[in-house]
Amino acid sequence: MSSAPAVEVVDLVKRYGARRAVDGLSLTAPAGSVLALLGPNGAGKTTTIEICEGFRHADSGTVRVLGLDPAQTRLRPRVGVMLQDGVGGYPSASALELLRLFASFAARPHPPQDLLEIVGLTSVAGTAVKRLSGGQQQRLSLALALVGRPELVFLDEPTSGMDPQARRGTWDLIRQLRSDGVSIVLTTHFLDEAEQLADSVVVIDAGRVVAQGSPAELTRAGAEGQIRFRAMPGLPLQSLLEELPAGSRAVETEPGRYLVSGDVTPQFLATLTAWCAAQEVLAEDLAVQRRTLEDVFLELTGRELRA
Amino acid sequence: MSTTLAFTPAPEAAPRSRMLLAQTAMEFRLLLRNGEQVGLTLLIPLLLELFFNLPLLYSLDTPRRIDFVVPSIITLAVMSAAFTGLAIGTGFERKYAVLKRLGATALPRSVLVGGKTLAVLLLELIQLVLVCGFGFALAWHPHGDPAPALLLVVLGTIAFGGLGLLVAGTLRAEITLAVANLVWLVLLFAGGIAIPLSKYGPAARDVLQYLPSAALSDGLHRVLQHGGDFPVGPTITLLVWAAIALPAAARWFKWE
Ligand SMILES: Nc1ncnc2c1ncn2[C@@H]1O[C@H](COP(=O)(O)OP(=O)(O)OP(=O)(O)O)[C@@H](O)[C@H]1O
Ligand SMILES: [Mg+2]
Repeated sequence: MSSAPAVEVVDLVKRYGARRAVDGLSLTAPAGSVLALLGPNGAGKTTTIEICEGFRHADSGTVRVLGLDPAQTRLRPRVGVMLQDGVGGYPSASALELLRLFASFAARPHPPQDLLEIVGLTSVAGTAVKRLSGGQQQRLSLALALVGRPELVFLDEPTSGMDPQARRGTWDLIRQLRSDGVSIVLTTHFLDEAEQLADSVVVIDAGRVVAQGSPAELTRAGAEGQIRFRAMPGLPLQSLLEELPAGSRAVETEPGRYLVSGDVTPQFLATLTAWCAAQEVLAEDLAVQRRTLEDVFLELTGRELRA
Repeated sequence: MSTTLAFTPAPEAAPRSRMLLAQTAMEFRLLLRNGEQVGLTLLIPLLLELFFNLPLLYSLDTPRRIDFVVPSIITLAVMSAAFTGLAIGTGFERKYAVLKRLGATALPRSVLVGGKTLAVLLLELIQLVLVCGFGFALAWHPHGDPAPALLLVVLGTIAFGGLGLLVAGTLRAEITLAVANLVWLVLLFAGGIAIPLSKYGPAARDVLQYLPSAALSDGLHRVLQHGGDFPVGPTITLLVWAAIALPAAARWFKWE
Protein backbone atom coordinates (compact mmCIF):
# COMPACT_ATOMS: atom_id res chain seq x y z
CA MET A 1 0.00 0.00 0.00
CA SER A 2 1.20 3.50 -0.78
CA SER A 3 2.50 5.67 2.01
CA ALA A 4 0.56 8.70 0.76
CA PRO A 5 -2.00 9.91 3.28
CA ALA A 6 -5.45 8.38 3.09
CA VAL A 7 -7.01 11.83 3.29
CA GLU A 8 -5.43 15.24 2.98
CA VAL A 9 -7.47 18.39 3.48
CA VAL A 10 -5.91 21.84 3.16
CA ASP A 11 -7.65 25.14 3.92
CA LEU A 12 -11.09 23.73 3.25
CA VAL A 13 -13.96 26.24 3.19
CA LYS A 14 -17.63 25.42 2.75
CA ARG A 15 -20.29 28.12 2.99
CA TYR A 16 -24.02 27.81 3.44
CA GLY A 17 -25.36 31.27 2.76
CA ALA A 18 -23.42 33.62 4.97
CA ARG A 19 -22.42 30.89 7.43
CA ARG A 20 -19.12 29.09 7.04
CA ALA A 21 -19.83 25.48 7.99
CA VAL A 22 -16.17 24.69 7.37
CA ASP A 23 -13.82 27.60 7.79
CA GLY A 24 -10.24 26.99 6.68
CA LEU A 25 -9.87 23.45 7.94
CA SER A 26 -6.75 21.36 7.34
CA LEU A 27 -6.14 17.80 8.41
CA THR A 28 -4.25 14.70 7.36
CA ALA A 29 -5.33 11.10 7.92
CA PRO A 30 -2.27 8.89 7.55
CA ALA A 31 -2.80 5.63 5.66
CA GLY A 32 -3.53 2.58 7.77
CA SER A 33 -4.60 4.47 10.87
CA VAL A 34 -7.73 5.62 12.64
CA LEU A 35 -8.48 9.34 12.62
CA ALA A 36 -11.31 10.56 14.86
CA LEU A 37 -13.04 13.87 14.19
CA LEU A 38 -14.54 15.34 17.33
CA GLY A 39 -16.58 18.47 17.74
CA PRO A 40 -19.89 19.78 19.05
CA ASN A 41 -23.10 19.48 17.02
CA GLY A 42 -22.83 21.66 13.96
CA ALA A 43 -19.03 21.88 14.14
CA GLY A 44 -18.68 20.82 10.51
CA LYS A 45 -17.69 17.15 10.84
CA THR A 46 -20.31 15.72 8.49
CA THR A 47 -19.79 18.55 6.02
CA THR A 48 -16.06 17.82 5.93
CA ILE A 49 -16.55 14.07 5.57
CA GLU A 50 -19.18 14.45 2.86
CA ILE A 51 -16.85 16.68 0.89
CA CYS A 52 -14.23 13.94 1.14
CA GLU A 53 -16.84 11.42 -0.02
CA GLY A 54 -17.64 13.51 -3.07
CA PHE A 55 -21.21 14.32 -2.03
CA ARG A 56 -20.63 18.03 -1.55
CA HIS A 57 -18.28 20.46 -3.19
CA ALA A 58 -15.79 22.68 -1.44
CA ASP A 59 -15.98 26.43 -1.97
CA SER A 60 -12.21 26.60 -1.67
CA GLY A 61 -9.27 24.59 -0.45
CA THR A 62 -7.95 21.26 -1.64
CA VAL A 63 -9.05 17.77 -0.74
CA ARG A 64 -7.21 14.61 -1.75
CA VAL A 65 -8.60 11.19 -0.98
CA LEU A 66 -6.14 8.35 -1.64
CA GLY A 67 -4.28 10.94 -3.66
CA LEU A 68 -7.27 11.72 -5.90
CA ASP A 69 -9.90 14.41 -6.25
CA PRO A 70 -13.01 13.18 -4.36
CA ALA A 71 -15.12 13.69 -7.48
CA GLN A 72 -13.24 10.92 -9.29
CA THR A 73 -15.60 7.99 -9.71
CA ARG A 74 -12.70 5.53 -9.74
CA LEU A 75 -12.40 6.23 -6.02
CA ARG A 76 -15.81 4.71 -5.33
CA PRO A 77 -14.82 1.02 -5.12
CA ARG A 78 -11.85 1.93 -2.91
CA VAL A 79 -13.83 3.90 -0.34
CA GLY A 80 -16.51 2.60 2.03
CA VAL A 81 -19.07 5.04 3.38
CA MET A 82 -21.38 5.08 6.38
CA LEU A 83 -23.71 8.09 6.33
CA GLN A 84 -24.82 9.82 9.50
CA ASP A 85 -28.50 9.88 8.61
CA GLY A 86 -29.72 6.33 8.10
CA VAL A 87 -28.87 3.38 5.93
CA GLY A 88 -29.81 5.06 2.68
CA GLY A 89 -30.84 1.77 1.11
CA TYR A 90 -34.13 0.68 -0.43
CA PRO A 91 -36.47 0.78 2.58
CA SER A 92 -38.47 -2.26 1.48
CA ALA A 93 -35.47 -4.44 0.61
CA SER A 94 -34.36 -6.86 3.30
CA ALA A 95 -31.05 -6.46 5.09
CA LEU A 96 -29.53 -9.41 3.26
CA GLU A 97 -30.91 -8.33 -0.13
CA LEU A 98 -29.38 -4.91 0.24
CA LEU A 99 -26.04 -6.30 1.37
CA ARG A 100 -26.06 -8.73 -1.58
CA LEU A 101 -26.82 -5.88 -3.97
CA PHE A 102 -23.88 -3.86 -2.67
CA ALA A 103 -21.70 -7.00 -2.78
CA SER A 104 -22.55 -7.41 -6.46
CA PHE A 105 -20.96 -4.01 -7.18
CA ALA A 106 -17.55 -5.34 -6.09
CA ALA A 107 -15.28 -7.81 -7.83
CA ARG A 108 -14.18 -9.57 -4.63
CA PRO A 109 -16.74 -8.74 -1.95
CA HIS A 110 -16.96 -10.24 1.50
CA PRO A 111 -19.56 -13.01 1.66
CA PRO A 112 -22.75 -11.14 2.67
CA GLN A 113 -23.91 -13.85 5.09
CA ASP A 114 -20.59 -13.80 6.96
CA LEU A 115 -20.55 -10.05 7.18
CA LEU A 116 -24.12 -10.03 8.44
CA GLU A 117 -23.11 -12.47 11.15
CA ILE A 118 -20.14 -10.33 12.15
CA VAL A 119 -22.37 -7.32 12.71
CA GLY A 120 -24.90 -9.52 14.49
CA LEU A 121 -27.81 -9.23 12.05
CA THR A 122 -28.25 -12.86 11.03
CA SER A 123 -31.53 -13.17 12.90
CA VAL A 124 -33.02 -10.19 11.01
CA ALA A 125 -31.46 -10.94 7.61
CA GLY A 126 -34.90 -11.18 6.01
CA THR A 127 -36.34 -8.08 7.69
CA ALA A 128 -37.07 -5.02 5.57
CA VAL A 129 -34.58 -2.22 6.12
CA LYS A 130 -37.33 0.17 7.23
CA ARG A 131 -38.40 -2.27 9.96
CA LEU A 132 -34.93 -2.66 11.48
CA SER A 133 -34.37 -0.88 14.79
CA GLY A 134 -32.15 2.18 14.82
CA GLY A 135 -29.13 0.29 16.12
CA GLN A 136 -29.69 -2.53 13.65
CA GLN A 137 -29.79 -0.01 10.81
CA GLN A 138 -26.45 1.37 12.02
CA ARG A 139 -24.97 -2.12 11.96
CA LEU A 140 -26.30 -2.76 8.47
CA SER A 141 -24.92 0.56 7.38
CA LEU A 142 -21.51 -0.50 8.71
CA ALA A 143 -21.70 -3.80 6.84
CA LEU A 144 -22.62 -1.96 3.63
CA ALA A 145 -19.55 0.24 4.04
CA LEU A 146 -17.28 -2.79 4.35
CA VAL A 147 -18.71 -5.33 1.91
CA GLY A 148 -16.67 -4.18 -1.09
CA ARG A 149 -13.35 -4.59 0.78
CA PRO A 150 -12.41 -0.91 0.65
CA GLU A 151 -9.02 0.45 1.62
CA LEU A 152 -10.49 3.54 3.27
CA VAL A 153 -13.73 3.91 5.21
CA PHE A 154 -15.56 7.03 6.36
CA LEU A 155 -17.74 6.27 9.36
CA ASP A 156 -19.94 9.18 10.43
CA GLU A 157 -20.98 8.45 14.02
CA PRO A 158 -20.74 4.68 13.54
CA THR A 159 -21.88 3.69 17.02
CA SER A 160 -24.65 6.22 17.65
CA GLY A 161 -27.78 4.33 18.61
CA MET A 162 -25.91 1.07 19.24
CA ASP A 163 -26.32 -0.83 22.50
CA PRO A 164 -23.19 -1.30 24.66
CA GLN A 165 -22.49 -4.78 23.27
CA ALA A 166 -22.79 -3.61 19.68
CA ARG A 167 -20.54 -0.66 20.45
CA ARG A 168 -17.86 -2.93 21.86
CA GLY A 169 -18.30 -5.25 18.86
CA THR A 170 -17.90 -2.31 16.51
CA TRP A 171 -14.78 -1.19 18.33
CA ASP A 172 -13.30 -4.67 17.88
CA LEU A 173 -14.25 -4.56 14.23
CA ILE A 174 -12.62 -1.17 13.73
CA ARG A 175 -9.45 -2.40 15.46
CA GLN A 176 -9.41 -5.40 13.16
CA LEU A 177 -9.94 -3.22 10.10
CA ARG A 178 -6.98 -1.15 11.14
CA SER A 179 -4.74 -4.13 11.79
CA ASP A 180 -5.73 -5.53 8.39
CA GLY A 181 -4.54 -2.33 6.77
CA VAL A 182 -7.74 -0.35 6.24
CA SER A 183 -7.58 3.42 6.80
CA ILE A 184 -10.43 4.78 8.89
CA VAL A 185 -11.85 8.26 9.35
CA LEU A 186 -14.66 8.41 11.89
CA THR A 187 -16.62 10.96 13.82
CA THR A 188 -18.00 10.41 17.27
CA HIS A 189 -19.48 12.14 20.27
CA PHE A 190 -18.28 9.34 22.54
CA LEU A 191 -14.91 10.53 23.73
CA ASP A 192 -14.04 7.18 25.25
CA GLU A 193 -14.54 5.78 21.76
CA ALA A 194 -11.99 8.18 20.32
CA GLU A 195 -9.63 7.47 23.20
CA GLN A 196 -9.98 3.72 22.64
CA LEU A 197 -9.72 3.64 18.87
CA ALA A 198 -8.02 6.65 17.40
CA ASP A 199 -4.40 6.99 16.48
CA SER A 200 -5.02 10.66 15.98
CA VAL A 201 -7.79 13.00 17.03
CA VAL A 202 -8.82 16.25 15.40
CA VAL A 203 -11.08 18.49 17.45
CA ILE A 204 -13.21 20.81 15.32
CA ASP A 205 -15.25 23.75 16.50
CA ALA A 206 -17.15 26.17 14.30
CA GLY A 207 -15.53 24.71 11.18
CA ARG A 208 -11.96 25.08 12.43
CA VAL A 209 -9.44 22.73 13.95
CA VAL A 210 -8.96 23.68 17.58
CA ALA A 211 -6.64 20.83 18.58
CA GLN A 212 -5.08 17.76 17.12
CA GLY A 213 -2.78 14.98 18.18
CA SER A 214 -2.90 11.48 19.59
CA PRO A 215 -5.26 10.94 22.51
CA ALA A 216 -2.22 10.67 24.77
CA GLU A 217 -0.77 13.94 23.51
CA LEU A 218 -4.06 15.76 23.93
CA THR A 219 -4.68 14.55 27.45
CA ARG A 220 -1.08 15.19 28.50
CA ALA A 221 -1.03 18.74 27.21
CA GLY A 222 -2.03 21.58 29.49
CA ALA A 223 -2.66 20.74 33.11
CA GLU A 224 -0.61 17.89 34.43
CA GLY A 225 -3.16 16.56 36.81
CA GLN A 226 -6.64 16.99 38.16
CA ILE A 227 -8.77 16.23 41.12
CA ARG A 228 -12.47 15.54 41.02
CA PHE A 229 -14.85 15.53 43.94
CA ARG A 230 -18.50 15.85 44.85
CA ALA A 231 -19.89 18.25 47.42
CA MET A 232 -22.79 20.64 47.90
CA PRO A 233 -23.38 22.87 44.87
CA GLY A 234 -22.17 26.47 44.75
CA LEU A 235 -18.86 26.34 46.62
CA PRO A 236 -16.90 29.64 46.42
CA LEU A 237 -14.15 28.37 44.16
CA GLN A 238 -12.56 31.78 43.88
CA SER A 239 -11.32 31.54 47.47
CA LEU A 240 -9.87 28.10 46.71
CA LEU A 241 -7.96 29.44 43.74
CA GLU A 242 -6.45 32.14 45.94
CA GLU A 243 -4.86 29.41 48.05
CA LEU A 244 -3.71 27.17 45.22
CA PRO A 245 -0.59 27.87 43.12
CA ALA A 246 -1.05 30.38 40.31
CA GLY A 247 -2.24 28.75 37.06
CA SER A 248 -4.49 26.25 38.83
CA ARG A 249 -8.09 25.99 37.73
CA ALA A 250 -11.28 25.02 39.49
CA VAL A 251 -14.72 24.57 37.91
CA GLU A 252 -18.06 23.20 38.93
CA THR A 253 -18.68 20.92 35.93
CA GLU A 254 -22.22 20.08 37.00
CA PRO A 255 -24.02 21.26 40.11
CA GLY A 256 -22.19 19.63 43.00
CA ARG A 257 -19.36 18.19 40.90
CA TYR A 258 -15.99 19.85 40.94
CA LEU A 259 -12.89 19.60 38.85
CA VAL A 260 -9.67 21.16 40.09
CA SER A 261 -6.67 21.04 37.82
CA GLY A 262 -3.12 22.20 38.00
CA ASP A 263 0.29 20.93 39.07
CA VAL A 264 -1.11 18.32 41.43
CA THR A 265 1.44 17.70 44.18
CA PRO A 266 0.84 16.25 47.67
CA GLN A 267 0.85 19.84 48.94
CA PHE A 268 -1.77 20.77 46.31
CA LEU A 269 -4.05 18.00 47.58
CA ALA A 270 -3.47 19.02 51.17
CA THR A 271 -4.36 22.63 50.37
CA LEU A 272 -7.56 21.50 48.70
CA THR A 273 -8.69 19.29 51.59
CA ALA A 274 -7.79 21.99 54.13
CA TRP A 275 -9.90 24.47 52.17
CA CYS A 276 -12.78 22.00 52.17
CA ALA A 277 -12.42 21.60 55.91
CA ALA A 278 -12.51 25.36 56.33
CA GLN A 279 -15.72 25.41 54.29
CA GLU A 280 -17.08 22.64 56.53
CA VAL A 281 -17.55 20.56 53.42
CA LEU A 282 -16.95 16.85 53.15
CA ALA A 283 -15.52 16.14 49.70
CA GLU A 284 -16.95 12.84 48.51
CA ASP A 285 -15.62 10.56 45.79
CA LEU A 286 -12.46 12.58 45.76
CA ALA A 287 -10.14 11.24 43.09
CA VAL A 288 -6.82 12.31 41.67
CA GLN A 289 -6.95 11.58 37.94
CA ARG A 290 -5.28 12.15 34.70
CA ARG A 291 -7.33 14.20 32.27
CA THR A 292 -9.66 12.39 29.96
CA LEU A 293 -10.27 13.34 26.38
CA GLU A 294 -13.67 14.53 27.54
CA ASP A 295 -12.06 17.10 29.80
CA VAL A 296 -9.86 18.32 26.98
CA PHE A 297 -12.85 18.47 24.69
CA LEU A 298 -14.95 20.47 27.12
CA GLU A 299 -12.09 22.84 27.84
CA LEU A 300 -11.55 23.42 24.14
CA THR A 301 -15.14 23.75 23.06
CA GLY A 302 -16.71 25.22 26.15
CA ARG A 303 -19.20 23.75 28.53
CA GLU A 304 -22.30 25.63 27.63
CA LEU A 305 -24.88 24.19 25.27
CA ARG A 306 -24.82 25.95 21.95
CA ALA A 307 -27.23 26.27 19.14
CA MET B 1 -19.59 -13.49 16.49
CA SER B 2 -17.73 -16.67 15.74
CA THR B 3 -17.20 -15.81 12.08
CA THR B 4 -14.08 -13.86 11.25
CA LEU B 5 -13.08 -12.22 8.02
CA ALA B 6 -9.82 -10.79 6.82
CA PHE B 7 -10.48 -7.17 5.94
CA THR B 8 -7.34 -6.83 3.89
CA PRO B 9 -8.33 -4.32 1.20
CA ALA B 10 -9.14 -5.75 -2.21
CA PRO B 11 -11.17 -3.00 -3.84
CA GLU B 12 -12.24 -3.38 -7.42
CA ALA B 13 -15.54 -2.74 -9.14
CA ALA B 14 -17.49 -5.70 -10.48
CA PRO B 15 -17.98 -5.96 -14.25
CA ARG B 16 -20.73 -3.61 -15.42
CA SER B 17 -22.80 -6.51 -16.74
CA ARG B 18 -22.98 -8.04 -13.26
CA MET B 19 -23.90 -4.73 -11.69
CA LEU B 20 -26.60 -4.18 -14.31
CA LEU B 21 -28.07 -7.62 -13.71
CA ALA B 22 -28.10 -7.20 -9.93
CA GLN B 23 -29.52 -3.67 -10.10
CA THR B 24 -32.24 -4.67 -12.57
CA ALA B 25 -33.22 -7.68 -10.47
CA MET B 26 -33.42 -5.52 -7.35
CA GLU B 27 -35.46 -2.77 -9.03
CA PHE B 28 -37.83 -5.31 -10.55
CA ARG B 29 -38.39 -7.23 -7.32
CA LEU B 30 -39.08 -4.00 -5.46
CA LEU B 31 -41.60 -2.95 -8.13
CA LEU B 32 -43.54 -6.18 -7.73
CA ARG B 33 -43.35 -5.91 -3.94
CA ASN B 34 -44.87 -2.42 -3.92
CA GLY B 35 -48.65 -2.68 -3.68
CA GLU B 36 -49.29 0.79 -5.10
CA GLN B 37 -47.03 0.15 -8.09
CA VAL B 38 -48.77 -3.15 -8.82
CA GLY B 39 -52.15 -1.45 -8.54
CA LEU B 40 -51.14 1.44 -10.76
CA THR B 41 -49.32 -0.52 -13.44
CA LEU B 42 -51.14 -3.86 -13.54
CA LEU B 43 -54.56 -3.80 -11.87
CA ILE B 44 -55.88 -0.41 -12.96
CA PRO B 45 -55.05 -0.92 -16.67
CA LEU B 46 -56.83 -4.29 -16.63
CA LEU B 47 -59.86 -2.86 -14.84
CA LEU B 48 -60.03 0.03 -17.29
CA GLU B 49 -59.65 -2.39 -20.20
CA LEU B 50 -62.79 -4.13 -18.98
CA PHE B 51 -64.57 -0.88 -18.17
CA PHE B 52 -63.87 1.03 -21.38
CA ASN B 53 -64.96 -1.98 -23.37
CA LEU B 54 -68.46 -1.62 -21.93
CA PRO B 55 -70.55 0.64 -24.24
CA LEU B 56 -71.81 2.66 -21.31
CA LEU B 57 -70.06 5.99 -21.32
CA TYR B 58 -69.75 7.19 -24.84
CA SER B 59 -69.81 5.83 -28.33
CA LEU B 60 -66.52 5.11 -30.06
CA ASP B 61 -68.08 5.09 -33.52
CA THR B 62 -66.85 1.57 -34.06
CA PRO B 63 -68.64 -1.74 -33.85
CA ARG B 64 -65.50 -3.39 -32.47
CA ARG B 65 -64.94 -1.40 -29.33
CA ILE B 66 -62.20 -3.72 -28.02
CA ASP B 67 -60.01 -2.97 -31.06
CA PHE B 68 -59.93 0.63 -29.94
CA VAL B 69 -59.59 -0.18 -26.25
CA VAL B 70 -56.53 -2.47 -26.31
CA PRO B 71 -54.09 -0.01 -27.98
CA SER B 72 -55.36 2.66 -25.58
CA ILE B 73 -54.73 0.44 -22.58
CA ILE B 74 -51.25 -0.42 -23.86
CA THR B 75 -50.56 3.32 -23.97
CA LEU B 76 -51.92 3.70 -20.46
CA ALA B 77 -49.78 0.80 -19.25
CA VAL B 78 -46.61 2.33 -20.71
CA MET B 79 -47.46 5.71 -19.22
CA SER B 80 -48.20 4.13 -15.82
CA ALA B 81 -44.96 2.15 -15.67
CA ALA B 82 -42.50 4.49 -17.39
CA PHE B 83 -43.85 7.83 -16.21
CA THR B 84 -46.02 7.71 -13.10
CA GLY B 85 -44.53 4.60 -11.47
CA LEU B 86 -40.94 5.49 -12.29
CA ALA B 87 -41.36 9.09 -11.15
CA ILE B 88 -42.94 8.17 -7.81
CA GLY B 89 -40.48 5.35 -7.11
CA THR B 90 -37.46 7.45 -8.01
CA GLY B 91 -38.78 10.47 -6.11
CA PHE B 92 -39.00 8.50 -2.89
CA GLU B 93 -35.61 6.89 -3.47
CA ARG B 94 -34.24 10.39 -3.67
CA LYS B 95 -36.07 11.40 -0.52
CA TYR B 96 -34.80 8.39 1.44
CA ALA B 97 -31.21 9.00 0.28
CA VAL B 98 -31.13 5.73 -1.65
CA LEU B 99 -29.71 7.48 -4.68
CA LYS B 100 -27.21 9.33 -2.52
CA ARG B 101 -26.05 6.11 -0.88
CA LEU B 102 -25.78 4.31 -4.23
CA GLY B 103 -23.68 7.24 -5.43
CA ALA B 104 -21.03 6.26 -2.90
CA THR B 105 -20.74 2.73 -4.32
CA ALA B 106 -18.99 1.47 -7.41
CA LEU B 107 -22.32 1.45 -9.27
CA PRO B 108 -22.03 3.99 -12.11
CA ARG B 109 -25.04 6.25 -12.60
CA SER B 110 -25.43 5.00 -16.15
CA VAL B 111 -25.82 1.44 -14.83
CA LEU B 112 -28.32 2.63 -12.22
CA VAL B 113 -30.41 4.30 -14.92
CA GLY B 114 -29.95 1.22 -17.12
CA GLY B 115 -31.22 -1.01 -14.33
CA LYS B 116 -34.28 1.17 -13.87
CA THR B 117 -34.98 1.14 -17.60
CA LEU B 118 -34.68 -2.64 -17.85
CA ALA B 119 -36.90 -3.11 -14.79
CA VAL B 120 -39.56 -0.88 -16.40
CA LEU B 121 -39.27 -2.82 -19.68
CA LEU B 122 -39.67 -6.12 -17.80
CA LEU B 123 -42.74 -4.72 -16.08
CA GLU B 124 -44.11 -3.65 -19.44
CA LEU B 125 -43.59 -7.15 -20.76
CA ILE B 126 -45.85 -8.44 -18.00
CA GLN B 127 -48.32 -5.65 -18.73
CA LEU B 128 -48.38 -6.48 -22.44
CA VAL B 129 -48.94 -10.17 -21.77
CA LEU B 130 -51.80 -9.42 -19.36
CA VAL B 131 -53.41 -6.61 -21.38
CA CYS B 132 -53.17 -8.46 -24.71
CA GLY B 133 -54.17 -11.77 -23.13
CA PHE B 134 -57.21 -10.16 -21.52
CA GLY B 135 -57.90 -8.42 -24.85
CA PHE B 136 -57.92 -11.73 -26.69
CA ALA B 137 -60.36 -13.05 -24.11
CA LEU B 138 -62.56 -10.06 -25.01
CA ALA B 139 -62.31 -10.96 -28.72
CA TRP B 140 -59.62 -8.46 -29.65
CA HIS B 141 -58.38 -8.79 -33.26
CA PRO B 142 -55.10 -6.98 -33.74
CA HIS B 143 -54.14 -5.93 -37.25
CA GLY B 144 -50.91 -4.78 -38.73
CA ASP B 145 -47.33 -5.61 -37.97
CA PRO B 146 -46.41 -6.00 -34.28
CA ALA B 147 -42.82 -4.79 -34.89
CA PRO B 148 -43.63 -1.06 -35.33
CA ALA B 149 -46.01 -1.36 -32.38
CA LEU B 150 -43.18 -2.67 -30.21
CA LEU B 151 -40.87 0.05 -31.45
CA LEU B 152 -43.47 2.65 -30.47
CA VAL B 153 -43.75 1.09 -27.02
CA VAL B 154 -39.99 1.30 -26.54
CA LEU B 155 -39.89 4.90 -27.81
CA GLY B 156 -42.83 5.79 -25.58
CA THR B 157 -41.01 4.22 -22.64
CA ILE B 158 -37.93 6.33 -23.29
CA ALA B 159 -39.92 9.56 -23.69
CA PHE B 160 -42.14 8.92 -20.66
CA GLY B 161 -39.19 7.61 -18.65
CA GLY B 162 -37.19 10.76 -19.34
CA LEU B 163 -40.16 12.90 -18.28
CA GLY B 164 -40.65 10.78 -15.16
CA LEU B 165 -37.01 11.16 -14.15
CA LEU B 166 -37.16 14.89 -14.87
CA VAL B 167 -40.08 15.28 -12.46
CA ALA B 168 -38.59 12.95 -9.83
CA GLY B 169 -35.16 14.54 -9.99
CA THR B 170 -36.26 18.14 -9.66
CA LEU B 171 -39.34 18.19 -7.39
CA ARG B 172 -39.85 17.00 -3.82
CA ALA B 173 -41.09 13.43 -3.45
CA GLU B 174 -44.54 14.47 -2.22
CA ILE B 175 -44.96 16.92 -5.08
CA THR B 176 -43.69 14.33 -7.55
CA LEU B 177 -46.37 11.97 -6.23
CA ALA B 178 -49.07 14.55 -6.81
CA VAL B 179 -47.81 15.71 -10.21
CA ALA B 180 -47.25 12.19 -11.52
CA ASN B 181 -50.76 11.11 -10.54
CA LEU B 182 -52.37 14.29 -11.85
CA VAL B 183 -50.59 14.08 -15.19
CA TRP B 184 -51.61 10.44 -15.43
CA LEU B 185 -55.25 11.36 -14.90
CA VAL B 186 -55.21 14.32 -17.27
CA LEU B 187 -53.46 12.45 -20.04
CA LEU B 188 -55.79 9.49 -19.61
CA PHE B 189 -58.75 11.66 -20.62
CA ALA B 190 -57.24 14.60 -22.51
CA GLY B 191 -54.18 12.87 -23.94
CA GLY B 192 -55.81 10.64 -26.51
CA ILE B 193 -56.04 7.47 -24.43
CA ALA B 194 -59.56 6.94 -23.12
CA ILE B 195 -61.30 9.39 -25.45
CA PRO B 196 -60.31 9.53 -29.13
CA LEU B 197 -58.97 12.96 -30.08
CA SER B 198 -61.57 13.00 -32.87
CA LYS B 199 -64.10 13.79 -30.13
CA TYR B 200 -62.35 17.12 -29.50
CA GLY B 201 -62.63 20.21 -31.65
CA PRO B 202 -60.06 20.71 -34.41
CA ALA B 203 -58.22 23.47 -32.51
CA ALA B 204 -57.80 21.35 -29.38
CA ARG B 205 -56.90 18.35 -31.49
CA ASP B 206 -54.10 20.26 -33.24
CA VAL B 207 -52.44 20.82 -29.89
CA LEU B 208 -53.32 17.64 -28.05
CA GLN B 209 -52.00 15.35 -30.77
CA TYR B 210 -48.46 16.33 -29.84
CA LEU B 211 -48.77 15.03 -26.28
CA PRO B 212 -46.61 11.93 -25.78
CA SER B 213 -49.63 9.88 -24.77
CA ALA B 214 -51.53 10.99 -27.86
CA ALA B 215 -48.59 10.18 -30.12
CA LEU B 216 -48.11 6.72 -28.66
CA SER B 217 -51.83 6.04 -28.64
CA ASP B 218 -52.33 7.31 -32.19
CA GLY B 219 -49.37 5.28 -33.47
CA LEU B 220 -50.60 2.11 -31.79
CA HIS B 221 -54.15 2.61 -33.09
CA ARG B 222 -52.95 3.21 -36.63
CA VAL B 223 -51.00 -0.05 -36.57
CA LEU B 224 -53.03 -2.34 -34.36
CA GLN B 225 -56.57 -1.10 -35.04
CA HIS B 226 -56.33 -0.03 -38.65
CA GLY B 227 -53.44 -2.19 -39.85
CA GLY B 228 -51.62 0.89 -41.05
CA ASP B 229 -47.99 1.21 -42.09
CA PHE B 230 -45.20 2.49 -39.94
CA PRO B 231 -46.62 5.64 -38.26
CA VAL B 232 -44.05 8.30 -39.04
CA GLY B 233 -45.72 11.31 -37.38
CA PRO B 234 -46.23 9.77 -33.93
CA THR B 235 -42.72 8.29 -34.05
CA ILE B 236 -41.23 11.71 -34.68
CA THR B 237 -43.32 13.23 -31.89
CA LEU B 238 -42.08 10.61 -29.42
CA LEU B 239 -38.50 11.09 -30.58
CA VAL B 240 -38.78 14.82 -29.99
CA TRP B 241 -40.16 14.27 -26.49
CA ALA B 242 -37.32 11.85 -25.73
CA ALA B 243 -34.79 14.30 -27.14
CA ILE B 244 -36.11 17.02 -24.83
CA ALA B 245 -36.77 15.00 -21.70
CA LEU B 246 -33.62 12.90 -21.44
CA PRO B 247 -31.06 15.70 -21.69
CA ALA B 248 -33.21 17.84 -19.40
CA ALA B 249 -33.34 15.06 -16.81
CA ALA B 250 -29.60 14.49 -17.12
CA ARG B 251 -29.01 18.22 -16.73
CA TRP B 252 -31.29 19.02 -13.79
CA PHE B 253 -31.58 15.75 -11.90
CA LYS B 254 -30.65 16.28 -8.25
CA TRP B 255 -29.42 13.06 -6.67
CA GLU B 256 -29.98 14.24 -3.11
N1 LIG C 1 -27.13 21.47 3.36
C1 LIG C 1 -26.96 22.44 4.28
N2 LIG C 1 -27.56 23.63 4.14
C2 LIG C 1 -27.38 24.60 5.04
N3 LIG C 1 -26.62 24.49 6.14
C3 LIG C 1 -26.00 23.33 6.34
C4 LIG C 1 -26.13 22.24 5.43
N4 LIG C 1 -25.40 21.21 5.88
C5 LIG C 1 -24.83 21.63 7.03
N5 LIG C 1 -25.19 22.90 7.31
C6 LIG C 1 -24.74 23.68 8.47
O1 LIG C 1 -23.35 23.52 8.57
C7 LIG C 1 -22.96 23.38 9.91
C8 LIG C 1 -22.15 22.10 10.08
O2 LIG C 1 -23.01 20.99 9.94
P1 LIG C 1 -22.46 19.49 10.05
O3 LIG C 1 -23.58 18.60 9.69
O4 LIG C 1 -21.22 19.38 9.25
O5 LIG C 1 -22.12 19.38 11.58
P2 LIG C 1 -21.60 18.12 12.41
O6 LIG C 1 -20.30 18.52 13.00
O7 LIG C 1 -21.61 16.90 11.59
O8 LIG C 1 -22.68 18.04 13.56
P3 LIG C 1 -23.36 16.77 14.32
O9 LIG C 1 -22.44 16.43 15.42
O10 LIG C 1 -24.63 17.33 14.84
O11 LIG C 1 -23.53 15.70 13.33
C9 LIG C 1 -24.23 23.44 10.72
O12 LIG C 1 -24.36 24.75 11.23
C10 LIG C 1 -25.31 23.14 9.75
O13 LIG C 1 -26.49 23.81 10.09
MG1 LIG D 1 -22.63 15.16 11.68
